[in-house]
Amino acid sequence: MRRVRDIEEARMRKGNLPAVGGGEGRWEREFPLRTVIADDGSADPAAVTLSDEEAVGLYRWMLLSREVDERMVQLQRQGRIAFYIGAIGEEATVLGTVAGMRQQDWLFPSYREHAGALFRGMPLSTFVCDLLGNAGDRMLGHQMPCHEAWAAGRFVSISAPIATQVPQAVGAAWAARIRGDDMVALTWFGEGATSANDFHTGANFAGVHKIPVVMACRNNGWAISVPRELQTASETIAQKAVAYGIHGERVDGNDLLAVHAATLRARERGAAGLGPTLLECVTYRVEGHSTSDDPRAYRSAEEVEAWRARDPILRMGRYLGWKRLVAAKDTEKFRAEAKDQVRRAVEEAEAFDPKPPVETLFAGVYAEPLWQQREQLAELRAAIAADPRTASPR
Amino acid sequence: MNIIQAVNDALRLEMRRDPSVVVLGEDVGKFGGVFRASQGLQEEFGKERVIDTPLAESGVIGTALGMALYGLKPVPEIQFADFIFPAMDQILSEVAKYRYRSGGQYACPMVIRTPYGGGIRGGHYHSQSPEAHFIHTAGLKVVVPANPHDAKGLLTAAIRDPDPVLFFEPKRMYRAAKGEVPEGEVVVPIGKARVTREGTQVTVIAWGAMWHEADQAVKEGAALGIDAELLDLRSLQPLDIDAIEESVRKTGRAVVVHEAPRTCGFGAEIAALIQERCFLHLEAPVTRVTGFDTPFPYTLENEYLPRAPRILRAIREVVAF
Ligand SMILES: Cc1ncc(C[n+]2csc(CCOP(=O)(O)OP(=O)(O)O)c2C)c(N)n1
Repeated sequence: MRRVRDIEEARMRKGNLPAVGGGEGRWEREFPLRTVIADDGSADPAAVTLSDEEAVGLYRWMLLSREVDERMVQLQRQGRIAFYIGAIGEEATVLGTVAGMRQQDWLFPSYREHAGALFRGMPLSTFVCDLLGNAGDRMLGHQMPCHEAWAAGRFVSISAPIATQVPQAVGAAWAARIRGDDMVALTWFGEGATSANDFHTGANFAGVHKIPVVMACRNNGWAISVPRELQTASETIAQKAVAYGIHGERVDGNDLLAVHAATLRARERGAAGLGPTLLECVTYRVEGHSTSDDPRAYRSAEEVEAWRARDPILRMGRYLGWKRLVAAKDTEKFRAEAKDQVRRAVEEAEAFDPKPPVETLFAGVYAEPLWQQREQLAELRAAIAADPRTASPR
Repeated sequence: MNIIQAVNDALRLEMRRDPSVVVLGEDVGKFGGVFRASQGLQEEFGKERVIDTPLAESGVIGTALGMALYGLKPVPEIQFADFIFPAMDQILSEVAKYRYRSGGQYACPMVIRTPYGGGIRGGHYHSQSPEAHFIHTAGLKVVVPANPHDAKGLLTAAIRDPDPVLFFEPKRMYRAAKGEVPEGEVVVPIGKARVTREGTQVTVIAWGAMWHEADQAVKEGAALGIDAELLDLRSLQPLDIDAIEESVRKTGRAVVVHEAPRTCGFGAEIAALIQERCFLHLEAPVTRVTGFDTPFPYTLENEYLPRAPRILRAIREVVAF
């Protein structure tokens, strides 16, 4: 922890910027970084909100999430998928939050919370079909990889434009309140997204109308090449809650138990009519922004290594070891099982036709196609019949 | 030189020439932009002139407007044209209207650079061609280079222009389109189309990445004995209406190509203009080859894009009409 802070501070001094984010300023005291798992893996039982069985289960989810991310990056390098964006190093933040919500709660993701979709029942092979954009793709090949939707799990459709989901989550939670349902919405976004208008709008609407929503910020330090301190002059993200008149908390986003406990508190507040919570999960994007990025161009290897040492999976493993629930060989076994699960999912997904049929191009523009879409489909079919190059191979 | 290098070169030369030119946007500074168009500029010109902004397009354009009012020459980058929409209020309501609404007391010249277009497997948020929205808004100029030479020359002209310019860069051709570009100053005046092939039977009108598809289609057509004239518009607003009229009067036929969806795409305006001004010369209906009326797809993007085979088909139909 110390090391990371030193590096962060050094980075900030170099940039000649005010010392924010890494020190012991007023706001950091006001919004202390909450942790549950100590460095040695021990935890105060009173602070632990997961049963042993749940804890092991979520550990396995984190391992699966990591395996999926690593394997999909490999597939991208092999040219089998075009693009991938994952959550390596942010597993505790993603899984701790989703696990802290209830089944009926709606999820409004950004583009890194694939583990949330899987956790809510999206089959892994269906997820891989989305990455391939093939005939098995639930999104009909309409979206680029990693922009899935899974309605059965109340996981809404991922958009690329930053922060658009935040006011949408507020609206869904508002609707649930209007209907009298026990539903609290969860939305995820990066710290970069807190600069966007829609973050402000969402927080403000939620505050004014006391909407039951959990606004989970994955503060992973970087928005592509832009460091946190060029995103906001606030010492913390959590303190932004003050200005909106809502509750804010700051947790160690690499500590699954801390994230889970904080999410439970936030959900309870929402369900009790106390309004939204801005939950800042302090974590780190240890890989590039996506497979299109090369982070060596803008940040130091030391910084990354310091954070790798704080890996959320290692952290949770230490806790489970301390509890004597999981030994090293169990982790190996879980890992092997995750690998196998991913291998089978890829196999299943790759068995589909590489392209969805041509009519899917026009499906879902409107509930019923207009004459334009009908005519254009006919035009495209005729063009393909006349010159097969019109339909390029995939 | 490729288009990225040409853009970088133009920015660098204009920044050297004119200390009021500043570059701002997401990831443009230390990183040099996600496509590296501003690579090395922060090193040369410092953080006050090459600025990494927070993630908010309305902020990028709104602050650029303020800088322009105060006398700077901002060149904001919108990382992908698909992400320009959070800035639409600033662009359409403010940037486009400042001169007009102040009775000419104020102006906010700036060049909004943004990569546009598909064919890079980017799905609908990394592939769109939103030029028509801006052409439809009086007060904005809209420029789309197809090759490195024009990228450098048009960007230079845009930075020196007294009006706000939307500068759409064909990202699929960023590194694919290569060509000779002179060192030092290159200025390509805004508002002039270029006839890239002379022909007598049909006029094919395209711009940006689609010029390359049209060029291929025209070459394939030539092999089939069709003598097409090809126009690279380069500037969509102001539009080189003289070049269009002159060509269509000669050929009597026109095929307009663009990536954007057909309905209310710029092709509709061009077709209407040709019909109004060249009616008595026309031998066939003016035809559009465009993206379809759908969001930009992912897997079937090559089916969606008006690639050479579809353009050639239209050329043949129009010639045979
Ligand atoms: C409106 C908009 N502008 C720009 C982008 C391009 N872009 C994609 S991700 C990203 C950085 C996002 O950073 P952050 O919100 O911190 O999330 P992270 O990727 O770090 O999880 C940017 C600038 C976008 N997707 N949408």
